[in-house]
Amino acid sequence: MQLSGDFYVKKKYDPILPGSEDWPVVQLSKNRKQFIESVIKESIAVITASHTENGSLKEEIEQTRFKETLRIKQNPWHIDPEDDPVFWSEIKSRLLKISIGNNGVKQEDEIADILHEIVARYANEIQGNFRRSWYKLARTIVKFGFKRLLNTSRVKGFHSIWSNEVTLQDKIQITGEVDQLRTLAKKGTVIMVPTHFSNLDSILIGWVIHVLGLPPFIYGAGLNLFKISLFAYFMNSLGAYKVDRRKKNLIYRETLKTYSKMATIKGCHSLFFPGGTRSRSGKIEKKLKLGLLGSAMEAQRYNLQNNGNEEENKVFVVPVVINYHFVLEAPGLINDYLQAKGQEKYYVDDDSFTNSYKILMFLFKFFTKGSDISVSIGQGLDLFGNYVDERGNSIDKKGRRINIRDYFISNGEITKDLQREREYTRRLGDVIVKEFHRNNRVFSSHLVAFTAFHILKKRYSHLDLYDLLRIPREEIIISYEEFKKSFEIALQQVYRLNEEQKVLIDSHLRGDPDKVIDHGLHNVGMYHSKRPLIKNKDGNLITHDLNALFYYHNRLSGYGLENTV
Amino acid sequence: MDSKILSEKPVGVIGAGSFGTAIANILAEKSKVMLYARNEAVVSQIENEGVSSGQKLHENVKGTNELKEIATRCNILFPIVPSSNFRSLIKDLSEYLNPYHILIHGTKGMDVSIPSEQNEATKLNRDQVKTMSEIIQDESLVVRVGCLAGPNLARELADLQPAATVVASHFDEVIEEGIRLLRNDRFQVYGSRDLIGVELCGVLKNIIAIASGALNGMGYGENARALLISRGMVEMIYLGRALGGNTEAFIGLAGVGDLVATCSSTLSRNFSVGYRLAKGENLTQIVDSMEETAEGINTIRITKKLANFYKVRAPILEMLYKVLFENLTVEEALQYLMKYPFNVDIDFLHT
Repeated sequence: MQLSGDFYVKKKYDPILPGSEDWPVVQLSKNRKQFIESVIKESIAVITASHTENGSLKEEIEQTRFKETLRIKQNPWHIDPEDDPVFWSEIKSRLLKISIGNNGVKQEDEIADILHEIVARYANEIQGNFRRSWYKLARTIVKFGFKRLLNTSRVKGFHSIWSNEVTLQDKIQITGEVDQLRTLAKKGTVIMVPTHFSNLDSILIGWVIHVLGLPPFIYGAGLNLFKISLFAYFMNSLGAYKVDRRKKNLIYRETLKTYSKMATIKGCHSLFFPGGTRSRSGKIEKKLKLGLLGSAMEAQRYNLQNNGNEEENKVFVVPVVINYHFVLEAPGLINDYLQAKGQEKYYVDDDSFTNSYKILMFLFKFFTKGSDISVSIGQGLDLFGNYVDERGNSIDKKGRRINIRDYFISNGEITKDLQREREYTRRLGDVIVKEFHRNNRVFSSHLVAFTAFHILKKRYSHLDLYDLLRIPREEIIISYEEFKKSFEIALQQVYRLNEEQKVLIDSHLRGDPDKVIDHGLHNVGMYHSKRPLIKNKDGNLITHDLNALFYYHNRLSGYGLENTV
Repeated sequence: MDSKILSEKPVGVIGAGSFGTAIANILAEKSKVMLYARNEAVVSQIENEGVSSGQKLHENVKGTNELKEIATRCNILFPIVPSSNFRSLIKDLSEYLNPYHILIHGTKGMDVSIPSEQNEATKLNRDQVKTMSEIIQDESLVVRVGCLAGPNLARELADLQPAATVVASHFDEVIEEGIRLLRNDRFQVYGSRDLIGVELCGVLKNIIAIASGALNGMGYGENARALLISRGMVEMIYLGRALGGNTEAFIGLAGVGDLVATCSSTLSRNFSVGYRLAKGENLTQIVDSMEETAEGINTIRITKKLANFYKVRAPILEMLYKVLFENLTVEEALQYLMKYPFNVDIDFLHT
């Protein structure tokens, strides 16, 4: 396994499955109707099974209706179906009829019918719209458009628009366990779990999946992204299903989980961001949303129960870490974080990604000015947090092969124990967090931001974070000598962590520290109108945006660097 | 609950010390039990005389010297060996363990794993110190892990007196199995999800037990002991929370329950360490003459360093550390504690 991270993969990969006919996601979309029926049936079974007490199902439906009515009133989006209010008011009157005693129809049947209608509505709404022709078109646009932009700006100016010297892969470096990922995708079902810092992530991962010759992955994209037409186009064509975070009711959540479970059972690779939303603080995710991992766990048990052979339909988890020098949304994200620290009560929109024009401008800047991105593919795991080898076998720390069936066995038989599976899922979450930190690739920009902010924290140790961030910008000057001294210590510590395989490092982190610092300063948050860290005319360091500096600094929290610098 | 008296597969107990033997006898009322001892002489005593650690064994208990045998034949194992041997035991056992195994341990100690050159470090953090359940997960594929803790003085269990224990695990399945196997007419079993908290209860109470013995050795009575127990519990809670447990565990059976029992029993090993210290013996003399490990001594050594790292205020612990390792006398330690400015009685229930 290559962990030093000093080189990156750059070669052409053939598709692992020759014809798109064979893609599970194509199979799924061909049998759309049938699939969605199975999702509805299973969701209803799950919901009904957890509401056996008399009247509790009706209560759940009433609560759902109440929450939905509230959502429609308080937080409507223009992409919401127009008949939303009508639908829910009809549900309301039907529920009312049950309460006052309806003639003829049996109460339970009527409740079951209402549930079916709600679940069916949700399932249809969630379902993606994968179309091969769209997929190919979108793919071509991404590839062609990006490449043209790149060469125009970076090689020789505008007249070189047809040059092929620079490819997307020069800008976006894919490192890590690429070959293993390709094998695992052939052997079983892959769940890719990337870190989430920017709305660009989903498009980026979509491109990576294509470059690596993998069939399209399905993924649950926040419905808010579909508000932006440019994204909506890509999402719809790349196999996205829709996740509406405003709908916090149980029936919706169960339907969503079941959707993902059934797709996994069918062998569809999927992608989801376990952090839930983009990291507001700039820190690597520490607390994960485990719901969809839980569905994968259930799918794995189902496969083992219904398929004697463990090899078949094994589910693999592949952590992926994306690194940027520059996150467009950073100033908005960090402000959210500081305002609502820890409590995400409502969904806050930030204004940097709200329309297609802004995104295009960003992409143009990104590709014309040069700011590298890296995508590190982590080693594959099974659902119990064990590494898998190149053939997909689960291996323990001593190299012994593990039979994953044993995890589901009590007294010699596979049993369904949801509490046990939740616990396994929680543990898997911890392992993924650890893998995120291990596969994180330290950029020069992260380290300069970390060092500078840490110096300030020490200098103003009597202030709490909020007071520190309120210090007038003019007062903050870090002399280059002081900075360099701390930076070198931090750099040594990062090298050490890298040797201990606790983090990856970018190639720009090697060599003369002055050059590393310059590279970092040049890149850190480079397109923000207020730069987080720059040199003034005397060569000392100043900031125009302390919050953003804090944001980029956070990327390296969780490694204990604070104690050494 | 299972109506059958004996489940098909035997239950394993690893470690034939006094507590391990007592647990083997309780388990034997419902199941076939395999009792593992490292020492072959002990095994032959179990087999030939039906006796272990001075306790008469139930007829359902069979001895074994083979880790492989006990791990292959039993799905549920109760490792109850001193903490200093725990990691090496699990290492030896691990090649026979699989993810379907359930391990419920009864060891009340901690394990330090640091490179030997850092042996003299004055601070330890939680990554360097493991509870027994963490060792099991470190060294083997077993994830369904639990622990036993509570006021369970082995002598009284052996005499069939009424008692209760706590089985703690993150897995309901483990708790349910523990209850099914252990519970009988005079042995009540409670469940808890706070595995780390309950483990720490069992570990940290040994510190206070040594102090209790010391007070007894000084000839002091019940007021002094009550003072020690209540302040000791506060200290346990501070330490326990810093190390990853919840307050609730400490005010339950495994916390205050076990603390009261251990601090009151002159039979307990840790108590007698304190008692003999107060009578003027030094640590080496005491350790050399003891048959079974007094976990409290090692616990004080480790916990003091953890308290340094997490900046936990723990005056009883600090004084005991000085008595054990820095030649402070028990009397001087007591004087210091009586002068210590405690102002607030209880300040942890609201947080």
